Amino acid sequence: MSATTSTPPIIGLDGVRKTYRTGSLEFEALRGIDTAIREGEYVAVVGPSGSGKSTLMNILGCLDNPTAGSYLLAGEDVSTMSEAQLAEVRNRRIGFVFQQFNLLAGLPAWRNVELPLVYAGLPRQERRERAVAALERVGLADRTAHRPGELSGGQQQRVAVARALVAEPAIILADEPTGNLDSRSTADVLDLLDGLHDAGRTIVLITHEHDVAGRASRNLVIDDGRIVSDTPTARAGVPA
Amino acid sequence: MTWVETLRAGAEAVRAHRMRSLLTMLGIVIGIASVILTVGFGQGAQQQVRDEIDALGSNLLIVSPGSSTDSGGMRGGFGSATTLTLEDAAAIGDDTAAPDVRRVAPTTSSSASLTAGETNWTTSLVGTTPSWPDVRARSLASGRFFTADEVASGAPVVVLGPDTASELLGLGSPVGQTVTIAGQRLTVIGVLDSSGASESGGSEDDQAILPISTAQALTGATSSSVSTIYVEAASQATLSAAYQEVQSLLATRHGVTTTDADFGISTQESLVETANSTNRTLTVLLTGIAAISLLVGGVGVMNIMLVSVTERIREIGLRKALGATPRVIGRQFLVEASMLGLAGGVVGLLVGVVGSWVLPPLIDQPVTLSALAVGAALLTSLALGVGFGVYPASRAARLTPIDALRSE
Repeated sequence: MSATTSTPPIIGLDGVRKTYRTGSLEFEALRGIDTAIREGEYVAVVGPSGSGKSTLMNILGCLDNPTAGSYLLAGEDVSTMSEAQLAEVRNRRIGFVFQQFNLLAGLPAWRNVELPLVYAGLPRQERRERAVAALERVGLADRTAHRPGELSGGQQQRVAVARALVAEPAIILADEPTGNLDSRSTADVLDLLDGLHDAGRTIVLITHEHDVAGRASRNLVIDDGRIVSDTPTARAGVPA
Repeated sequence: MTWVETLRAGAEAVRAHRMRSLLTMLGIVIGIASVILTVGFGQGAQQQVRDEIDALGSNLLIVSPGSSTDSGGMRGGFGSATTLTLEDAAAIGDDTAAPDVRRVAPTTSSSASLTAGETNWTTSLVGTTPSWPDVRARSLASGRFFTADEVASGAPVVVLGPDTASELLGLGSPVGQTVTIAGQRLTVIGVLDSSGASESGGSEDDQAILPISTAQALTGATSSSVSTIYVEAASQATLSAAYQEVQSLLATRHGVTTTDADFGISTQESLVETANSTNRTLTVLLTGIAAISLLVGGVGVMNIMLVSVTERIREIGLRKALGATPRVIGRQFLVEASMLGLAGGVVGLLVGVVGSWVLPPLIDQPVTLSALAVGAALLTSLALGVGFGVYPASRAARLTPIDALRSE
């Protein structure tokens, strides 16, 4: 544990294992992960491909259940929840940013951003207002009606960040958010994440690039399904 | 996610893939259009039969004598007794006793050999009154029908059916010629128009009609009994009222109750029924074939929806990651399939309606559209969309978000 403050962790993993079965073959992707992430932390999960970091991301994002162990998200045990319950938890607690942006090509930016609110059951007017506000926050106030195809890669990822923010989730989970971006857009998006961290957001970033990981306040290094190191970075002292 | 949102999302998805949606709908369009048209043809044919029978006189009541029992105790069928008389016919024709009866035509019938020159021809001999053409809805091709005076005087005149006239007198004009029946010479005063229909097998176009008095004199009948009384009701609506009036009037006159009546009354409804039952079989057969094409259309919807699920697997994954529950995803695809089905039904209905205007003159067959067929077609298309959407929708709902997101 890197921090010992009294606030309860927003993420608590205890003995989390994940085993995949393909026919008679068993593959243990996670071999017992114990960690806690507190509110306002900016954690980078780093590791080579095949280390289990994608599996960890799926479990942190409530996209998959662990085979064993428990996962407390904002005080709720989500490790044994059903598919429908998990969907509801993802909607309320987690904002996703994907490497592939994953915007719906047929919808304008604001309609992409409002999607989490659609599933939260908010009325149309409120959704629109909040979606536009989120787009303003990522600097795309003048692009709300543009479709993804009319935006640059960096702008598309900013739309995705706006979508991750719009429902005010407990954590923002970014999976290689800069993997498909040029260096200028990468800097843009990382600056945006820094800004969100400064504003008190909890961010978990998954990456294999060390300079990207360096922007976080804490680095979790995963290898072979285990945490091999857990260290604060140079930015750890920056007040949240 | 509310139903309105789901409907809107479904409409967006259908519109987003316009061409594919149209092709998917095509099967349903063809199926619904053919169901509409075959049912329309069936109903049109039934209407046609109805009209033909109406032309025969569907306001017609046919009163026949009851059965007789001979000295040996053998009971004959209806018509074998001689219980109906000219006086019965006159009573039925009375406006106060039977107000819903418009006209009455008593007839005697027998068979006789007619001779004209070297030619002879055996046909049925019908003795009746001047109201016969109106009651039986027959018209004359040439000449005239006999008058009440001719009936009163037993004038030697005869009206021939068109077949009888051509058999006896060849191609020349029959009116004014003479035919001989049982040694009595009769003048042909008219020829009937072809009726094109036949009552109980016998041709309506091969008969000789003569005044009832003349007929009785020819056959040597002494009583005033008649074989059939044709009664025309004032309208289709008063047919059953006329039926009641004739029944009770005759029962009173004959001193019997309606349950042991010595006469029988039939309508031509039974004829309509027989004709329609043939039609119905054909319609059911054709509709069955059309229904199979609808089924194939439904399978088409299912195919395309499965393709759509596969194609949009990342979208499904994303929506699930953002909080869509399996139920919401399933519902979205089900609504989409239903919309395709219903839209196909509406287009198919339009095609069917246009077809029902365009086709009848081309194929010389009437097409009748009914509100019932239209409503059933729309419901069926919706049900097809829902029914064949269930499997693709449940596949979409069951996709796990990681698998869906990871797929390329």
